[in-house]
Amino acid sequence: MCRVLVPVGYGLNCDDETIYAFKMVGADVKKIFLKDLIKDPQRLDDYQILAMIGGFSYGDHIAAGKVLANIYKYEIGETIQRFISDGKLIFGECNGFQALVKAGILPGLNGDYHTQCATLTYNDSGVFEDRWVKLKINPKSNCVFTKNIEELYLPVRHGEGKFIVEKKAVLEKLKEKNLIVLQYADMETLKPTMKYPQNPNGSIGSIAGICDCTGRVFGKMPHATAYLSPYNHPSWTRLKVEGSLPKEGGGVQIFRNAVEYVKNNLT
Amino acid sequence: MVYRIEVGFKPNIVDSSGERTKTDIYNFLGIKVDQVRTRRVYTLDIELNLEELEKVKRELFVDPVIEEVSSRLPSFNWYIEVGYKPGVTDNVGKTARKAIQELLKRRFKESEKVYTSIQYLIKSAKLSFIEIEKIGKELLSNEIIESLTILSYREVLEKGLNIPIPIVIGKQESRVKEYDLRVSDEELTQISRKGVLALTLDEMKIIKNYFYDKEITEQRREKGLSRNPTDVELETLAQTWSEHCKHKIFNALIHYRDGETEEEIDSLFQTYIRKFTEEIMEDVPWLISIFVDNAGVIKLNDTLNIVAKVETHNAPSAIEPYGGAMTGIVGINRDPLGTGIGAKLMFNVFTYCFGSPFYKSENSTQFLHPRRIREGVHRGIIDGGNQSGIPLVIGREIFDKRFGEAKPLVYCGTFGIMPKEINGYPSHIKTINPGDLIVMVGGRIGKDGIHGATFSSEELHRGSPVQAVQIGDPITQKMMSEFILEARDLGMYRCITDNGAGGLASSIGEMARYSGGCEIELENAPLKYQGLHPWEILLSEAQERMTLAVDHTQIEQFLELAKKRDVGATILGKFTDSGKFHVKYNDKTVGYLDMKFLHEGVPKKRLRAVWKKPIHEEPKFDEAIDLTIILEEMLARLNICSIEKKLRQYDHEVKGLSIIKLLVGKEEDVPSDATVCLVEYGSIEGIIFANGLNPHYSDVDTYHMAASAIDEGVRRVIAVGGKLPSEKIPFAALDNFCWPDPEQSEKTPDGCYKLAQLVRANKALYDYSKAFMLPFISGKDSMKCDSVIDGKKVSIPPSLLITVIAKMEDIRKAVTMDVKKIGDIVYIVGETFNELGGSEYYKLIGEKMKGVGYVGNNVPIVDAEKAKEIYRSMSEATDRCLVHSIHTPTKGGLGVALAKSAFAGGYGLNVSLSKVPYSGARRNDVVLFSESNSRFVVTVPMNMKEEFELVMRGNICTEVGIVIDEQRLKIRGLDGGYIINSDINRLKEVWKRTLEDV
Repeated sequence: MCRVLVPVGYGLNCDDETIYAFKMVGADVKKIFLKDLIKDPQRLDDYQILAMIGGFSYGDHIAAGKVLANIYKYEIGETIQRFISDGKLIFGECNGFQALVKAGILPGLNGDYHTQCATLTYNDSGVFEDRWVKLKINPKSNCVFTKNIEELYLPVRHGEGKFIVEKKAVLEKLKEKNLIVLQYADMETLKPTMKYPQNPNGSIGSIAGICDCTGRVFGKMPHATAYLSPYNHPSWTRLKVEGSLPKEGGGVQIFRNAVEYVKNNLT
Repeated sequence: MVYRIEVGFKPNIVDSSGERTKTDIYNFLGIKVDQVRTRRVYTLDIELNLEELEKVKRELFVDPVIEEVSSRLPSFNWYIEVGYKPGVTDNVGKTARKAIQELLKRRFKESEKVYTSIQYLIKSAKLSFIEIEKIGKELLSNEIIESLTILSYREVLEKGLNIPIPIVIGKQESRVKEYDLRVSDEELTQISRKGVLALTLDEMKIIKNYFYDKEITEQRREKGLSRNPTDVELETLAQTWSEHCKHKIFNALIHYRDGETEEEIDSLFQTYIRKFTEEIMEDVPWLISIFVDNAGVIKLNDTLNIVAKVETHNAPSAIEPYGGAMTGIVGINRDPLGTGIGAKLMFNVFTYCFGSPFYKSENSTQFLHPRRIREGVHRGIIDGGNQSGIPLVIGREIFDKRFGEAKPLVYCGTFGIMPKEINGYPSHIKTINPGDLIVMVGGRIGKDGIHGATFSSEELHRGSPVQAVQIGDPITQKMMSEFILEARDLGMYRCITDNGAGGLASSIGEMARYSGGCEIELENAPLKYQGLHPWEILLSEAQERMTLAVDHTQIEQFLELAKKRDVGATILGKFTDSGKFHVKYNDKTVGYLDMKFLHEGVPKKRLRAVWKKPIHEEPKFDEAIDLTIILEEMLARLNICSIEKKLRQYDHEVKGLSIIKLLVGKEEDVPSDATVCLVEYGSIEGIIFANGLNPHYSDVDTYHMAASAIDEGVRRVIAVGGKLPSEKIPFAALDNFCWPDPEQSEKTPDGCYKLAQLVRANKALYDYSKAFMLPFISGKDSMKCDSVIDGKKVSIPPSLLITVIAKMEDIRKAVTMDVKKIGDIVYIVGETFNELGGSEYYKLIGEKMKGVGYVGNNVPIVDAEKAKEIYRSMSEATDRCLVHSIHTPTKGGLGVALAKSAFAGGYGLNVSLSKVPYSGARRNDVVLFSESNSRFVVTVPMNMKEEFELVMRGNICTEVGIVIDEQRLKIRGLDGGYIINSDINRLKEVWKRTLEDV
C-alpha cells in the first residue's frame, strides 16, 4: 500500500482536495498537524510520499512559504534528507513548492538539498490571481509524477509565483539536466511563453514546476488538485458540446503516476 | 534593545510593489513620480545577541536570491514610512516573533515584540511637500490605524530616521464607573450620546425605572452593588438593545398608510419575512433551523445540512476599507462556525455597492474616495477569504453616486456544511446545562472594535471612535476553526457561538438564554495588553474568538487539545440557571442584570409610514440613429462592465469543488449567471449560488425593487440548470436590507416615506416568496445608511440583496451563458415590456442629455405566475439537455445579454428584434434595453429544436435568430434593417476597458 503524509495547519488549506486526489488513485493518506511532525519527525519514515500542500502557511507573512521553509530546513531537515535518500517522493504544490524552493530542497542541484539557489517572488502583475494556464511538460524530464503526460491545463492561484534563479548558471543547469518539468505555454501553439497572462507571473524560462535530479522531488505552482473531476474544467460545458469532455480530471494522472511509482519501486 | 532590520530587493531585481505604488500614485492622485522603491522594515523589541541578530536577518527576513538587508538607503528625494498605531493588529509582526522564537529555540517575554512597517523611497525632484503629503495620507496610509512619517532627503541625512515603535502604553488603572440616572430627560439623553450608547430617551427611562426598582435595588445590594448601574451594565444593555442586535425597526409597531389603505403592522419581521417560511415549514422536509441561530440551516441530503449567512460590514469598511472589509469576511465566517454545534466553512460570497471610482466632486464627503474604498475593500476580502482557504462563489459590484456619499455597502456571506448528526445528536440543536463552563477560544482581547454594535446603529460622523475598526487575522481564525471542528467531532463541547458585535457580552448573553443565566469571571480573559476596564473586556470586538459551553468532565481534554493545536482557550466562568447575567471582576460583582430584562426589556418602537408614489420626469427623446454606439456605451457602463481584474484576485476554486465558476466562456472571462459547487468529492449533487439586487428601482417603488431582486435570484438559478423549490428541491433565500434611517425626526424629515419604502419592500418579499414557494432562512439589516455632506443629509437608495441557494440534483446537466456552436438557434423566452424605469439606459440617456440620469416611472414588475411556468419549462429543457446556453438579461436588458452571450462564446449572432415577444411602443431601443424580468436568451442545437419548442409550449418563447460563423453581433430592428452590426471582439473590448486598470 502506498502511504501518503499530508502536513496541515498554520494556514495550509488544500488538505481536502489533496487527500481526495491521492485516495482516488488508491493511496492510504494521513493528515498530520505540522507541530506534531516537528515534535516527532521520524513519523515521516512510515510514509513513501510527503505531500506539501497549497495554502497560506503562516499567512505568507515575511514571504510566501518562508517560515514553513525554515521548518523544513531546520526542524525536520535531517528527516527530509533521509526521506529523499531513501528513494521516496515529495510532492509540493503552490505554497508547498514555495517552501521546497526556499528551504533549498528544490532543485537540489548536485545533491545539495539545503542551499537555496532559486526563489518564488511577487507576480509581475503585483497581485494574487486565479486563472487556468496551459502547461507544457518536458518530455525529457525524468520526473516520476508527469510520466505519460504531454500537457496540462490547471489553475494557478498565487501572488508570489514568479520563479527566479540566483544566477544564470542555475538556469543553465536546470535546462541541461532537464529539471524544468512544467512550463507556462501558449494556448494554441503549446510553446513556452513569457507573455501575460499565459505566463501568469513572469517566471523566467516560463518555469511553472521543477524536480530534482532523481525526478522524485517535484514542485509546481499550478494546482493539479483543482482538476480531479472533468467538471472542474472552467469550460467543461463547451467541451461537452464539442464532444471532448474527458473521462477524468486532467490532474489525476499526476497522483496515479506517483502511487504507481511507489507500488513498483518502494513496496 | 530595539533593532531595525530593513529589507529591500537587490538592485537588479524588479520591485513590483514599488512599481505598483508608482502606478497607483498616478492612477489615484494624478501625480507622476520617477521611481518608487519599497523596503520592509522589521523592528525587533527583543533582547538578542549579535550572533542571534545576524542569524535572524540571514535565515528569516531575507530571501538570499533577491533581497538584501541594508541600512544604506538607495537614492531618493522623499522618504515615507508607514507603520501601525499602537494596539492595531500586526499580523506579520506576530508571525515574525513566532518564527524568531522557533529559529532561536527560545521563548520571549510577553513584552518582547516585533513591529513591521514599510518604507517608500520616492524619486522625483519636482514633488512639492503638499504632493508628497497627499501621497502619504491619501494613498499609502490611513491615519485611523497607521502612523505616517514623511521626511525629505535632507532631513534623513541630517537627523536620521528616529521612528518610534508603537508600544501600547496601558497605564490606566482598570475601574468600574457608576452612572446616576436620577437626572433630567435631557441629561439622560446626554449620557447616552456621550457614551456612544445609541440608547433613545425612552430606552434610557426604562433602564432608569429598572435600576431604581425596590426589589432590584435589594438584589443588587446583596451582591455589593449600589443603586446606580455600573458601566458594565449600561454598556451591556446598550449593545444588547442596539439596532444591530435587536432589529428594533423590523420589530416595531408600524402605522402604514398609502393612497388607498391604512393598516397597523406589528413587526415587519414576523408579518412578512418570517411568515411564508412558517407557512411552508410543515410542507417541505428541508427547513431545519430557521431564524433562531447565527445562520439558517437547510437540508442538502440525508447526511448533510447547509448553513447559510450573509451580512454587511458597511460602516467599518467606509472608515478603514481594508481592515473593515477583512473583519467583515472573517467575521461572517464565524457565523456558520457558531451555528448549531459548528459548521465547516465552504464558500464565500460578496456584493459591494460603491460610488464611482471616477467620482469627482467639490463637496467634501465624509469618507475616503470611492476608488480607495473599493480598492481597500477588495483587498481586505481577498486576503481574508484567500488566506482562510475559502473559495469565492459570488462576486458582484453595483455603483451609484449615493453609495460614495452616504455609505458604501459591503455585503459578504459564508456558507458551511455540517453532518446532519454528530455523535448521534442533531448538529443544529443548541443546548447548555447549568454548570457548563464558559470557554473562550481563539485570539486575545484588546480595545479593538469597542462599540461596534452601537456604532453601526448610528449615522457616521467625523468623530466616530477609532477603535471601531479592527484588522482580522485569518490564520489565527483558520487554526481556531480547524480545532473547533476536531473538538466537535470528538464531542468535547456542548454549545458554541461566535464573538462578533458586542463581543463576550453578546455571545455569553445569548448563550446564557439556553441555561438561564451565567456567571462571568472577567479577570481570566486573555488580554493583548494591560489597562482594559472590565466593561471594555466584556464589550471588545477583538476578532477570531468563539465562546463555547464545555461540560466540566470534558474541560481537561478540551484545553489539552487546544494547546496541542496552538489555539488559545480560557475558562471565563460558568453557565447557570440563576436568571441573572452576572459579571464579576477579581471576585467582585461588577454587573448583575435580569436575563429577562436584558433580552426582553427593550421597548417596542412605534413608527409611522406614509407612502406616496413618486412621480419622476418621463424622458422624451428620439431613438439614437446609431444604436451600435449606444450598445457600446451601455457595455462600458460601471454597472454592466467587466470586473474581471478584481474577480481574478479571489480564489475561486480552493477545495476543488467548483463546477460552474464565476467566470465562464471561451476565454473564461465573462461572469456566469450563477455558480455551481459540489460539497462532496465525486458526487453529482451540487449547490447553486446566485443573488439579485436592484437598488436603482427603489427610486420608483421598493415593492418592485424587492420583487425584481427575488425574481433575479430565482431566474439566475434556473439559467444554470436549477429547478424551482419543491418538496424534493431545497431552494431558499436570504435577505439583507440596507436602508436609510426610516425614523421620522428633525434630522430625517422624510422618515415616514423611507419607512413606507421599507414596508413595501417587505410586502413584496412576502408576496413573492409565497408565489415562488421560496422560504427565507436567514437575514440581517443595516438601517442607518446615511451621512451628512456640507450640512445636507444624503442617503443610499434602499437596497435589498436577495441571496439564493438551491440544490442541483445532477451537476452534469449544468448550463453556462456563452453560445457554443455555429448554427444553434437563438430563442428569447419571456415577454419584454416598456419597463425602462430605473434602468441603466435611462441613466445613460439622462447623462447624455442633461448630465444627470433619468429615473422614469415604468419600473420592471414581476408576473410570478407566468414566470413560474417559464421556469418550470426551462428546468425541463435543461433536465433533458436540450439547450447549449442560457443567459438571463439583467441590467442593460436584451441588448447587453445578447452581446455578452456572443462574445463569451466567441461566435456571432444574427437576430431580429421584430421576432422578440414585446408589447409596447415600436422602438428598437426599448426592446433592446428594457429590463423586464423573467426572461432568457437561449441557444438550442438544431436537432433539439422540436423537442425544445414542445417543452416550452404554452410559454412566451420565440425563435429570434441563429449563431453565425462570423464574429459579429447583427441585430435587425423592428423595421427589418440592421440596427446593430458590430464585431463581438470590439464589444468585448469596450466591456472590458472601463475598469481594466482600476
